Amino acid sequence: MVDLLEKHKGIADRFQRMVDMGINGLGVTNDKMISPTRAMVGGREILLAGTNNYMGITFDPRCIAAGQKALAEYGTGTTGSRIANGSFAMHKELEKELAGFLNLQHCVVFTTGYQANLGMLSGLAGPKDTIYLDADSHSSIYDGCTLSGAKLVRFRHNDAADLDKRLSRSEDTEGGRLVVLEGIYSMLGDRAPLKDFVELKKKHEFQLLVDDAHSFGVLGPNGRGLGDEAGLEEHVDFVVGTFSKSVGAIGGFGAGNHPLFETLRYAMRPYMFTASSSPASIATSIAALQVLKAEPERRARLWANSEQLYKGLKGLGFEMGTDQVSPVIAVKMPDELSTIVKWNALFQGGVYVNMAVPPGTPNRMCLLRCSVSAAHTPEDINRIIGIFKDVVAA
Amino acid sequence: MTDTSEIIPVLVSLLAPFNPENKALSEVTDIPAELNIDSVGVLDFIMEVEDHFDIEIPMNAVANIRTIGELAAYVQSQLNKG
Ligand SMILES: Cc1ncc(COP(=O)(O)O)c(C=O)c1O
Repeated sequence: MVDLLEKHKGIADRFQRMVDMGINGLGVTNDKMISPTRAMVGGREILLAGTNNYMGITFDPRCIAAGQKALAEYGTGTTGSRIANGSFAMHKELEKELAGFLNLQHCVVFTTGYQANLGMLSGLAGPKDTIYLDADSHSSIYDGCTLSGAKLVRFRHNDAADLDKRLSRSEDTEGGRLVVLEGIYSMLGDRAPLKDFVELKKKHEFQLLVDDAHSFGVLGPNGRGLGDEAGLEEHVDFVVGTFSKSVGAIGGFGAGNHPLFETLRYAMRPYMFTASSSPASIATSIAALQVLKAEPERRARLWANSEQLYKGLKGLGFEMGTDQVSPVIAVKMPDELSTIVKWNALFQGGVYVNMAVPPGTPNRMCLLRCSVSAAHTPEDINRIIGIFKDVVAA
Repeated sequence: MTDTSEIIPVLVSLLAPFNPENKALSEVTDIPAELNIDSVGVLDFIMEVEDHFDIEIPMNAVANIRTIGELAAYVQSQLNKG
């Protein structure tokens, strides 16, 4: 008999090495959450600098109250998909709220952002079509592409000239073409140069999707994401995002202005064949969107904190993931072993960052990845810089 | 008409950066298994091949290609199409 799990032996050995060297950086358990930026782990208070909690909204009393109310009034779960069981009025309210936030006509919510990419990509593209995806795309984009059955062409990261060349190679294709970008790339924190990609629409026919998972709430004068920042929203045909980061809840969305957009609901298996998100999660998402709209100063704080941390770490001489200030701040490490050692030292020092190692990173990089929150204080940021100075730079 | 015997040495040289241990490469080398390249590494290598020959090798096709010989045959079929 072939043991099905034998093929994962290599992964098991890699994990064991992490455990043997201290705490497994990929398996930390938060015993208690104290605030958006603090958790208790093994009896110690840890400063969180790797949780994508960009707006620091997870303990907002208005969101908590909305969630508690929904829990009491709608119950604990939806017990099925919206196609099978019907929607709750709140699902539609959230979609309307979000469409308003994004200034788009249509919006569909999903149970997670991962499923939003699976749903949108497989709903938009089919076997006759071609998807052009950035080489550094998130796994949910790769998986959504695979699910679509479309022809998949990968282009060099953030390189519009490279995409231009690849689009030219199959100009005569009979199907449609979809180009997929991310607002802020999750590992290195760099952004897609949207203007360069939009420029290609003059020369080639394609539709454009941007995954704003890390940029929704973060980029642009209205916090709508990459298109908002670049002033090019009308050229972005479809937006995907998640509620798991800036919105501080769980869920995902797809949005756009296409007149047939609503029919996607009946064409996206990751929408049709999974339970819709729980009442509490929907209600907290609605409340969070209202908070984000009413308090743009959160975005300003996030950027001030990001600038402080980015400059602080760069000033220590680290090689940074990108040369632009970003709320995702990655320090490049030479190899996996040193990454594990330094991650442990940071954690012992009371700071949690992400240990990012291949295959979850582009170009087999090893990273100590931080994500900044609007809820961090300048003192928190100084403490993070200080500990990097003491244990990583040393 | 380009022959696979002309393509194979090109593929071998394009593989060099992905072969840090300098393993001997031939037509029958299983690229992901013998070179211990992860799935992303294989895709990065395929991009180099696409650009060298100015052809398209969709990710879907890569799933069915394991050896250098199979890749050479695919490259040849694309070159002869154009
Ligand atoms: C770029 C990108 N897209 C999609 C997702 C998936 O979002 P979710 O965590 O809601 O499933 C993530 C993050 O996890 C992401 O980084």
